[in-house]
Amino acid sequence: MSLINTSVDTAIAIAERRRGKLGEALYSGRPNTVLLRNVYALKSSTWLVVLSGFVEPVFYLLAFGVGLGRIIGDVTDGNGNPISYATFIAPALLATSAMNGAIYDSTWNVFFKMHFGKIYQAMLSTSLGPLDVALGEIGWALLRGFVYACGFTLVVGGMGLIPSLWGLLAIPAAVLIAFGFASVGMGITSYLKNFHQMDWINFFMLPMFLFSGTFYPLSIYPDWIRVMIEALPLYQAIALVRGCTLGNLDVSMLWHALYFVVMIVLGLLFTTKRLRALFLR
Amino acid sequence: MPKSDASASSAASPELMIVAKNLTKRYGDFVAVDGINFEVKKGESFGLLGPNGAGKSTTMKMIASTSQRTDGELSILGKDPNDHGPEIRAHLGVVPQQDNLDRELKVWENLMTYGRFFGLKNSWLKAKIDELLEFAQLEEKRNSKTDDLSGGMKRRLTIARGLVNEPEILMLDEPTTGLDPQARHILWDRLFRLKENGVTLVITTHYMDEAEQLCDRLIVMDKGKIMAEGSPADLIKEYSSKEVLEVRFGSANNKEIASQLEGIGERLEVLPDRILVYTDNGEGALDRILAKGLHPVTTLVRRSSLEDVFLRLTGRSLAD
Repeated sequence: MSLINTSVDTAIAIAERRRGKLGEALYSGRPNTVLLRNVYALKSSTWLVVLSGFVEPVFYLLAFGVGLGRIIGDVTDGNGNPISYATFIAPALLATSAMNGAIYDSTWNVFFKMHFGKIYQAMLSTSLGPLDVALGEIGWALLRGFVYACGFTLVVGGMGLIPSLWGLLAIPAAVLIAFGFASVGMGITSYLKNFHQMDWINFFMLPMFLFSGTFYPLSIYPDWIRVMIEALPLYQAIALVRGCTLGNLDVSMLWHALYFVVMIVLGLLFTTKRLRALFLR
Repeated sequence: MPKSDASASSAASPELMIVAKNLTKRYGDFVAVDGINFEVKKGESFGLLGPNGAGKSTTMKMIASTSQRTDGELSILGKDPNDHGPEIRAHLGVVPQQDNLDRELKVWENLMTYGRFFGLKNSWLKAKIDELLEFAQLEEKRNSKTDDLSGGMKRRLTIARGLVNEPEILMLDEPTTGLDPQARHILWDRLFRLKENGVTLVITTHYMDEAEQLCDRLIVMDKGKIMAEGSPADLIKEYSSKEVLEVRFGSANNKEIASQLEGIGERLEVLPDRILVYTDNGEGALDRILAKGLHPVTTLVRRSSLEDVFLRLTGRSLAD
């Protein structure tokens, strides 16, 4: 029965190597193994569901950009240059799909794994810590977000809706946006007790999608509404991606990016604390 | 699978694997574990016996460092779970009460991913998994989804998964609850083998026969406290008589007739459905009852069990 193996580290030796390092009770340095688990799970999952994350923004683009855009005609970008309506909303749809994908992964998927699959319970009875789990799951959401963003950018670029070569930056921007939403979303999910409460998230997300400068510029709002909208993460996301695809790279882009860096850091702290409270209490 | 060489080398002075002093867990006002003390030695099979809600699972979670104690001291292989959670979990194999296998993954993938969570290498795990599948008698199921396994197979897979990191301590929470008798016996056999290989077992159960079969030593818990501690045989010797005579007079009559049985045996226990007479000579006690002109509907003479110990200690039967 005994399998003597001297050349390979034991689980204990591996775990002891982290002794004395910062956050050793929370982190083992292996979020990649959480990602690996998702790769295995993906192999036997429904590919149609996977594909839907890509198809959704394309449908929106066809309906609103191409369909509705014919009636609307040209609009102007921030600098007063005329652009087609589809060119105006394409970056907003990319930002929105990055958000939706990240929120879907960090709410529905995480909720299921937490309460029904008991996946995290099993992970946290190994030498993984809650931060490994959080980073692994968020990393997975980002990987999906990256693939979707590449696909969408390719389609939109192919339709000639990305006037600037800077538009390629929209892909890393989408990943940054997804990171922000996923890290906060996972923490929020930890508070939810049933599927019904998941509707609250949609209650917040849909108006944000409609009113964050997705389909028209914020300049039509009175000042006080505009300031409120500008504080919302989706507005920040749209401004960031739109700046990339239209090639309007000014200083404000840094602020939009910083918004997400802060969101990521706070979200990770929040989520790790919550996972610890849930599973290691 | 477990390291048998390690257990042989330390046979001279038993190493303490787990030490709990005044271990306490409170959830708000509710005291789940109320200042318990115990030690588990290397290679020992240690049981926590008690009804549901006695605090067994909470104690297990604190040992597995997935639940923080409220008070007291706890040391697993000399390490404090509050400070070294991931490290301690590397020493442990955990088999939870409810199977939490990954239903999205196949049998082999379940073992592989779990091993990777510990940081173990792919190539090493491949050989290890073959060995574990053989041990769990699941070789033919390696590519099955876990939903397609029977209850006994799932439990064996969960145990195999718990062994993937070659743990020194295997924690089993109600390992055979919900299994049919045959599946239970297969499982017990596997656990015996682990014990022979020097793995320390910590088992919670509310089945008396399981505790008697598997445990070298156990604590009897009720309402978060330890009621008694010892080997099954010692506990029976201390808290019960050699034999037990069970007599039934029909549920309506048991209580009334019990008064006429005073003096027969060392002690009587009147349950709703039967009377238990504790005595060293069951047949003799039965003769005396019959001599009084009483005619029980059914009679049974049996050896004392841990069930009797529990009844004596708490005034309740375990099934309550």
